[in-house]
Amino acid sequence: MNQLDKLEAQSVYLLREAYREFKNLCMLWSVGKDSTVLLWLARKAFFGHVPIPLVHIDTHYKIPEMIRYRDAIALEWKLTMIYGENRAALDAKQTFPDGAIDRIACCKNLKTDALKNTLSGAWPRYRLNHTTRKYEVDKNTDPFTGVIVGARADEEGSRSKERYFSPRDKRSDWDVGDQPPEFWNQYKTDFPPGTHIRIHPLLDWTELNIWEYIQRENIPITDLYFDQGQGTRYRSLGCYPCTTAVESTAKNVDDVVSELRVGKFANIAERSGRAQDKEDGGGLETLRREGYM
Amino acid sequence: MSTSQKTDQMNIVIVGHVDHGKSTLIGRLLADTGSLPEGKLEQIKAMCEINSKPFEYAFLLDALKDERSQGITIDTARSFFKTQKRHYIIIDAPGHIEFLKNMITGAARAEAALLLIDANEGVKENSRRHGYMLSMLGIKQVIVLVNKMDLVYYDQGVYEKIVAEYTEFLTQINVTPKTFIPIAAREGDNIALKSTKMPWYTGGTVLTLIDEFEKEKEKDNQAFRMPVQDIYKFTEENDDRRIVAGTIETGSITVGTPVIFQPSGKKSAIKTIESFNTPIKSKATIGEAIGFTLTEELYIKPGELMCAQSELQPQVGTKFKANLFWLGKSPMIKDKKYKIKLGAARGNAYLADIVSVLDASSLESDAQKSKIDRHDVAECIIETIRPIAFDLNRDIESLGRFVIIDDYEIAGGGIITEKIGDESSIEKGVQRRNFTWTKSKISPEKRARNMGQRPCLLLIIGNQETEKYTLGVSLEEALFNQGKTVYFLGVSNMLLSLNRDARRRSTEDRDEHIRQIGEIAHIMADAGSIMISAISEIDDTEAQMIKSLVTPFDVKIIANGPTQLDTQKADLTIDPNTTVEDRVKTIIDYLNRLETFHPKEL
Repeated sequence: MNQLDKLEAQSVYLLREAYREFKNLCMLWSVGKDSTVLLWLARKAFFGHVPIPLVHIDTHYKIPEMIRYRDAIALEWKLTMIYGENRAALDAKQTFPDGAIDRIACCKNLKTDALKNTLSGAWPRYRLNHTTRKYEVDKNTDPFTGVIVGARADEEGSRSKERYFSPRDKRSDWDVGDQPPEFWNQYKTDFPPGTHIRIHPLLDWTELNIWEYIQRENIPITDLYFDQGQGTRYRSLGCYPCTTAVESTAKNVDDVVSELRVGKFANIAERSGRAQDKEDGGGLETLRREGYM
Repeated sequence: MSTSQKTDQMNIVIVGHVDHGKSTLIGRLLADTGSLPEGKLEQIKAMCEINSKPFEYAFLLDALKDERSQGITIDTARSFFKTQKRHYIIIDAPGHIEFLKNMITGAARAEAALLLIDANEGVKENSRRHGYMLSMLGIKQVIVLVNKMDLVYYDQGVYEKIVAEYTEFLTQINVTPKTFIPIAAREGDNIALKSTKMPWYTGGTVLTLIDEFEKEKEKDNQAFRMPVQDIYKFTEENDDRRIVAGTIETGSITVGTPVIFQPSGKKSAIKTIESFNTPIKSKATIGEAIGFTLTEELYIKPGELMCAQSELQPQVGTKFKANLFWLGKSPMIKDKKYKIKLGAARGNAYLADIVSVLDASSLESDAQKSKIDRHDVAECIIETIRPIAFDLNRDIESLGRFVIIDDYEIAGGGIITEKIGDESSIEKGVQRRNFTWTKSKISPEKRARNMGQRPCLLLIIGNQETEKYTLGVSLEEALFNQGKTVYFLGVSNMLLSLNRDARRRSTEDRDEHIRQIGEIAHIMADAGSIMISAISEIDDTEAQMIKSLVTPFDVKIIANGPTQLDTQKADLTIDPNTTVEDRVKTIIDYLNRLETFHPKEL
């Protein structure tokens, strides 16, 4: 087995372990490359099926192309597709683009709070009806107790401390200093009521591994990652006010792989185009402690 | 295949006592292999000069940590560097005893280890404890680095003394280090470049010697083992495959091979190998997370161990000897029920006995200790409630080890050294119960004569839900109307009724319910009564458990249609498609044939 085979087998094992152990399980799908690889790995684990609902947090500042791509894939692969949002903050214009608050506070409103309340079922969830091809309010408001997330350890410091199975307490807090031991492929799958577990099947993948796997498996990926002729592309996808494209002429997966392997990005961090990471010293760790993915 | 996929990658962990120089070594390795961001080293050196502090490589790691938010992919938990031969991921394991569980988590991800000992301080508590933990975790490739040689003036005598002392310790725990290297991480001696200060040392540098670590050979020549993680039947889009899924731990298997599942002992053969978005496979091998369909569809549960019939079989039993390390906040004690996870199997287990408790930092053993405290290592006997399939650690490593869950947490890990006896804990418990049971002045025979019936448990089983409970209560009513002392235990309906989400029903809870029904039936029978109960989807182990628990009284198994019993047989099979009245009559006729009522010979 080569490196990609090993990473794939490990992720599949983790996904099956999560599916076996958690009754109310969901998978976060940002429609970015990492969580799309995760979705593909679920099809690997479950032999073409995806028996886990996918949850997307719509900040309504996503690049429109992303939402079109999300729904096209959801319909084609027959996914149980759910989205959630922070309607109150959007209506009150408590967002960074509206000028009322800074980037970090905007992330907290539109992502962290929306996520927490969507997972707990406190705020409405919208589910894709495959017959009408429209979203409707989901009657199921049970909290999700297991959440599968596509975080990678190499993305930035705070993620490298994550476990594969990582408990969060009632307030979604993460105690970095006191995490469960993991060895011999055994993980924390027992948990007291009120807590939930985040599962990270992609923890050991690097950005290059992700692209090599997309290349090998021919996974459909949104075009935003590729140069459309303007000499720019997105390396990391987020909300448009806070995500800038990088200068690159990589027009397809093969170009991206070689660019990452030997080209201009070989030694530059992936999230360098994400503004919220820079706003305070440990921006992302602060957000993650409070429940950001 | 792309070039990057060909590049070898290896995880190595750096362990050792606190302050023996782990951060300095990592900083030095990063600097000497050119793995630092440009200008970083110069910047930190300049800062030290301004503050007139001596430069430390550990500052470099701290500085990198501070810059995490700027997206530099280096941090204290994992660092990356590469040599000519391959890429390395360094896992930094904390040296403080409080973080032993983090050390174990880090080390368990590694294929090889560097163990640091401070030449000035010598072998310390955690030098030994970490050495011991590496051996328990199964990390066999270890290089011992005797660091801070500069502080002892590069003295060969000091080095040799530490080598001798630590070698003696390692010999006792059956670890043979690959080599020892005298280094001064801060000065760079024997890290990337050969030291000129220690001409008496003729071996290689850290960088040349870690390149000699070997990738663990994939053991596909061992017997085939696949813990069954789950059984899937996804019916969407008319998919009718019933797939046995898991990750192959050892060996390989081809289509057509006869297989056996343990501990159930059920047999079938591989029909197809299932995978998504790959060419059709006729062979599956070690490391693959894969699936199979079988020629004969079996009822098996997640947690079984799939093996090839013609190869070395695993052990199946309820009792084994193990070396166990304990991380739990509360000590491990006898007579407390714990959860065990071994491969894909989960179940309940007890600490049956402690042979001796070892202080891993001194190897002093205490044979008198009655509990296993946090950070102790113990030789002990573990007993499971249900039979479990396992291997001895020396035969097949990954199936010869297990974890113990206490209070929702992974609290201990153990490696199995020996299988013990065959007597199950239930049988032993029943013996003890029947031995200590205060005998009534009324003998069972006298009671049976007086009540005009032989007490027993009538257990109605069957895969189909078809009115099994209606049948139970109707039977109760019919017998009651005939003047019998009879009782239908309805509680089992709720506890054991066919759960819509049966896939996720926990074995541990079910075992507990089975045990309760058995114990209640025993009391009822002892009181002379006939008890009726109904259980869905009962298997051989459970039928045996109930029979053992009800001893010395009889259990009559009445199969209402097809069941999953294999080695255990139903005493009476009835047709679920006949009316309830007919079935009640069939059962009563059967009981009459057995002379359950008005027993003559008593």
